[in-house]
Amino acid sequence: MNTGNLIVTPSPHITGKRSTKGVMLGVIIALIPAAVAGCIIFGWRAALVLIVTIVSAVIFEALWNIIIKRKQTVGDVSAVLTGLLLGMNLSSTVPLYIPVIGAFAAIVIVKQLFGGLGQNFANPAISARIILAVCFAAQMGSFAEPVVNFLKFDAVTAPTPLVAGYLIDGTDKILPFTFSDMLLGTTGGSIGETCALALIIGAVGLMIFKIITPTIPISYIGTVFVLTLIYTGSIDESIYYTLAGGLLLGAFFMATDYTTSPLTERGKLIFGIGCGLITFVIRFFTKMPEGVSFSILLMNLLTPLIDDIILTHPLGAKPKEVSK
Amino acid sequence: MKNLGGVKLPHNKNTANSETVDFGLPKTIVIPMAQAMGAVPNLFLKRDDKVLKGQIIGNADAFMSAPIHSPVSGDVIDISDYLNPNGSHCKAVTIRPDGLQTLFETVKPPEITDKKSFILAVRDSGLTGLGGAAFPTHVKFSYDETKTPIDTLIINGAECEPYITADNRCFLEDTDDIIDGIKLCMKYLNIKRCIISIEDNKAEAIALMREKTADMKAVEVKVLPSLYPQGAEKVIIYKSTGRIVMEGELPANAGVLVLNVSTVSFISKYCKTGIPLTSKRLTLDGSAIKKNRGNYNVLIGTPISELLEFGGAEDVKTILYGGPMMGVPLYSPEQPVLKSTNAILAFDTDISDSKNTGGVSACIRCGSCTRACPLNLLPMRFETAYKTKDAKMLKKLKLSLCMNCGCCSFACPAHRPLAEINQLAKDFLRNAKI
Repeated sequence: MNTGNLIVTPSPHITGKRSTKGVMLGVIIALIPAAVAGCIIFGWRAALVLIVTIVSAVIFEALWNIIIKRKQTVGDVSAVLTGLLLGMNLSSTVPLYIPVIGAFAAIVIVKQLFGGLGQNFANPAISARIILAVCFAAQMGSFAEPVVNFLKFDAVTAPTPLVAGYLIDGTDKILPFTFSDMLLGTTGGSIGETCALALIIGAVGLMIFKIITPTIPISYIGTVFVLTLIYTGSIDESIYYTLAGGLLLGAFFMATDYTTSPLTERGKLIFGIGCGLITFVIRFFTKMPEGVSFSILLMNLLTPLIDDIILTHPLGAKPKEVSK
Repeated sequence: MKNLGGVKLPHNKNTANSETVDFGLPKTIVIPMAQAMGAVPNLFLKRDDKVLKGQIIGNADAFMSAPIHSPVSGDVIDISDYLNPNGSHCKAVTIRPDGLQTLFETVKPPEITDKKSFILAVRDSGLTGLGGAAFPTHVKFSYDETKTPIDTLIINGAECEPYITADNRCFLEDTDDIIDGIKLCMKYLNIKRCIISIEDNKAEAIALMREKTADMKAVEVKVLPSLYPQGAEKVIIYKSTGRIVMEGELPANAGVLVLNVSTVSFISKYCKTGIPLTSKRLTLDGSAIKKNRGNYNVLIGTPISELLEFGGAEDVKTILYGGPMMGVPLYSPEQPVLKSTNAILAFDTDISDSKNTGGVSACIRCGSCTRACPLNLLPMRFETAYKTKDAKMLKKLKLSLCMNCGCCSFACPAHRPLAEINQLAKDFLRNAKI
């Protein structure tokens, strides 16, 4: 019997099968329906934008690790996810230097300069989208006509549901898009945000596989829905505003980013409600048509504070000491 | 009732149907004195002494301590210093069995008339909790009825660790002893109600216990989901009664006494025969065990190497006392079976390798650890607080509640050693001045 050197390690001696890479891959897979829908709706140009964003995000991550002499982290596919999310937040008409600049902002400035995976205080894709929107307002704000043919690409600009909805804010409202348009995504908008159905399918998958909990999406979308209902008094309009713009993409895939959202479920609830409130205020009371990016960024900044205040209630903790 | 988290593990209950077999006499017996919580017993023997089976060979004056008896008759061939797995040292005696197994003259059924004599008998038996924690059972029994009255006895038959099936075999083979043991405890400790809690992966045991307790109004069989760690004391109390053991308190404060099923069955056996705790039913399993996997009644002090040889083990990388979640790894195959050993698992691969697949990566704050934590703690924040030596924060986060079940480490997708850090943090907090 050979018992040479026995391995002595602290318990537990087994670990689960889930890995960081697996979690990232799970989110990427969940995004694929919406990404594919975007490519079908807006044509091959959309696929090109997505590819350029992903490839440049991965290259920036790899280069950064080489320059800074760190262990290569491209293998955890988090850069692929960041690139994909950023690409889905862009219009299919953007000149191709925009996704490259965006990927640089997301990977190098927002993520790596703050310490890399798990250390960034703001969501890289959201921050990059905002940086691009501020720097390239015209290019970022024009969206292609939905052609629903991958082989075609039409640079004719089309209104997004929010811009269109915003414009007809009169007494006799006729919603500019039908619900089936919005579910299927045949409206103007960013590549990955228009097809509500695909986003919902992906999000349900994420929840079934327990990669995200439903707290943030439900509280975020619910808050927007309820406030819109109170403000407009119309169920139709509330559904319209819920499906419109980047709300679903943001609520399901960006607000739920682990690193930049609170740890506890109660913290997540506050985070989601905060996102909803800010989105509603920006949409209805400012000159900007859309507020999802800013709302998530602002709540990202509050996350450390929320985590500081909101702790869990451990089983058996004496209530008096919890509040201390 | 709240959902307490926990993790789903592969059960690997390969030996659930293997009937317990007597392992027999080993060539030598090694008995370290430190086998239970509390004061370490003083060794009464010296070299070349003769001992008989059941003779007390070590004891301490402290109440929080249990005597140690010789499992064999034979000769003392060595007294040595023994390194415990936790790094402390104690004395150990090596006995060569003479094969006669002559009983010591005082071995006879104890006379039990009241609570006091019952507790005394349990102390004399050398019994410590057989579930793994090795807490002297008589200390559990000596609660103050006026301050912390106990109305519920919980029989812990969860056996939530993978591989181990010894408690399952206890249910099936020692059914009557379990029932008698429950009756004894309820009678002498004056406890009104008993709940036998079993995980739902032991259908046969559940059915048998239901049948045997059908006419006992005070006894209830409770089926728990197979979700690690159902057998942890705080978890089984909450899941069986809905009561919560508060921070720094004992189960008695919640009116509950928890005994492992093997513990309660031993009490009844001891009261009938007077033979002290000198052998243990344990599961022999793991990838290195090529033959004879199963449950064995093994004398305490049997070197593990004899079990491995019997199991046809050739290449062994890891040996565990107990299950893969909370088990203690052995540093040498010459370490013996202890009172608390309920399984010997030997592996020919580095099972901790899974910890290193892809290596440890950065915490992405996914919250898997806190969702897995049965007590709803925040393991990832323990880690940051420990690294910044923030004792105040560790206290605020209720580190002291952590029972080291290992769910956080198991669930972490970045494979961070969270459970290990919790233990280091506890040590830091004990020495920190706040």
